[in-house]
Amino acid sequence: MIQEKVTRKSASSESPMLLSLRNVGKAFSNGVTALSKVDLAIREGDFLSLLGPSGCGKSTALRLIAGLSTPTSGQLDWRGSIDRSNIGFVFQEPTLLPWASVFDNVWLPLRLKGVSRARAEPAVMEMLSRVHLNGFENAVPRELSGGMKMRVSIARAMVTKPRILLMDEPFAALDEITRFKLNNDLLELWQDERFTVVFVTHSVFESVFLSNRVVVMAARPGRVFGELAVDAPYPRDEAFRTSPDYAALCRQASDVLVNAINSTAGPHHDDH
Amino acid sequence: MTTIEDAALKLDPEEARRVRQERLERIGKWVLPLAIMVLAIWLWDRICVWNEIPQYILPRPGVVLQTLHDDAGLLSSSLLVTLKITFLSLLLAVIGGVGLAVLFAQSKWVEMSFFPFAIVLQVTPIVAIFPLINIYINNQTTKLLLCAWIVAFFPILSNTTLGLNSVDRNLRDLFKLNGATRWQQLRYLRLPAAMPYFLGGLKIAGGLSLIGAVVAEFVAGAQGQSSGLASRIIEAGYRLNAPRLFAALILISLTGILIFLVLSLVSHLILRRWHESALKQER
Repeated sequence: MIQEKVTRKSASSESPMLLSLRNVGKAFSNGVTALSKVDLAIREGDFLSLLGPSGCGKSTALRLIAGLSTPTSGQLDWRGSIDRSNIGFVFQEPTLLPWASVFDNVWLPLRLKGVSRARAEPAVMEMLSRVHLNGFENAVPRELSGGMKMRVSIARAMVTKPRILLMDEPFAALDEITRFKLNNDLLELWQDERFTVVFVTHSVFESVFLSNRVVVMAARPGRVFGELAVDAPYPRDEAFRTSPDYAALCRQASDVLVNAINSTAGPHHDDH
Repeated sequence: MTTIEDAALKLDPEEARRVRQERLERIGKWVLPLAIMVLAIWLWDRICVWNEIPQYILPRPGVVLQTLHDDAGLLSSSLLVTLKITFLSLLLAVIGGVGLAVLFAQSKWVEMSFFPFAIVLQVTPIVAIFPLINIYINNQTTKLLLCAWIVAFFPILSNTTLGLNSVDRNLRDLFKLNGATRWQQLRYLRLPAAMPYFLGGLKIAGGLSLIGAVVAEFVAGAQGQSSGLASRIIEAGYRLNAPRLFAALILISLTGILIFLVLSLVSHLILRRWHESALKQER
């Protein structure tokens, strides 16, 4: 297996370890090896992107971290005790309850923990204003645009103040302008709260813009191919998006990704 | 924002034609069926007159209307009996159908084991089962209720089961992630998700419970045991009292239409904010 380490030094290498995946593998009963021998160390406060082509197991990795699925081999070591309430999850689709108001959707995780509407209200309203949805608490999802639905989804994931936020290609279905705006707002939220993010994406540009670590994965079997440290300082804004530094970093990440795609054996490397 | 109603807006011929078409369709939706109905009644009346058909074979519409008025006491007490059976059986069908669906939803094994029985109940004609029910049950109302229930509960059961099982996978994961209990998952996710399916089943069951009630009365009424509208029809048939027969028939039809309209309204009110089926087309 080709291992390409572009840079080992990570912007957060001083922070304590939050989770390490050691030699993790996942095989399905239909014979597909979704993940093979994955080693990954996630540090407290990381914004880590999993970047790779379809079928590289990045979503599977996310589900393993969330505890929605168990590994076939290897293990996940959390630092300290972590239960599911410490994990926030944002799906590829907004995945809202269509019959419930925006407020009720954000309240849901707290409600499931037995928090009454009245006691949940300050936290819910604060989260809604953090994602710039003030005044929309009584709307139902179908009255919102795609970007706004995704904001509700993020607010719902963050309302329990999780230590780690897992995001599975959350902005893939949005148009570019909306995506840029949500990228900026997500970074702002992350800088204020300093939670840990694992962000699955197949966009080189998005991963470089957002994260301090880009982990590139390759397919068949799904594995970690290489890692790129994005040392550019935060806050990152529109100026960063057009800077030569950003372009250079994107180029590096893109090269690693191309190598990862080419490393996939067999003639089927571009199918999905 | 500009709308097509905007008078200042200049419309091209194609758009104008479409707007005119839409307006015509809106009016026609109400006027056409009414006009056809009036025409049919007028034709009915004329046929009676032209062919000099005796009243005991085909009464004129006016006579039927007169009978509705004259026999109001008798017919309305019969209508009440039929309505009681219809609504009680619909209520029991909702309780039974939803209850069984929730039970089925608890485990695939329960569903696999018991669903075939529900199908057997559904496909066996009620008229064929009635003699058995007649032997086992003495109470007249219970007998009729059971018949109507057997006819009506299946669409609710099968639709609600389908609804409870068609929850978005990601939403299910979300609930799992947040440590939702089985009850919470049912209460906050599966039951609301099943609501549109349930309401679809309810609309069918509403009509079926009336049919079930009338059919049960027919079978029971043949033995002189019932006092509902169906027994009025049988009785009127024996006596060649065609006007009353028609009057009872009209009352049954009206009841069916009313049940359908009420249930459609209920369905619309519950779903109007979120479900595709209840949304106005937006362009």
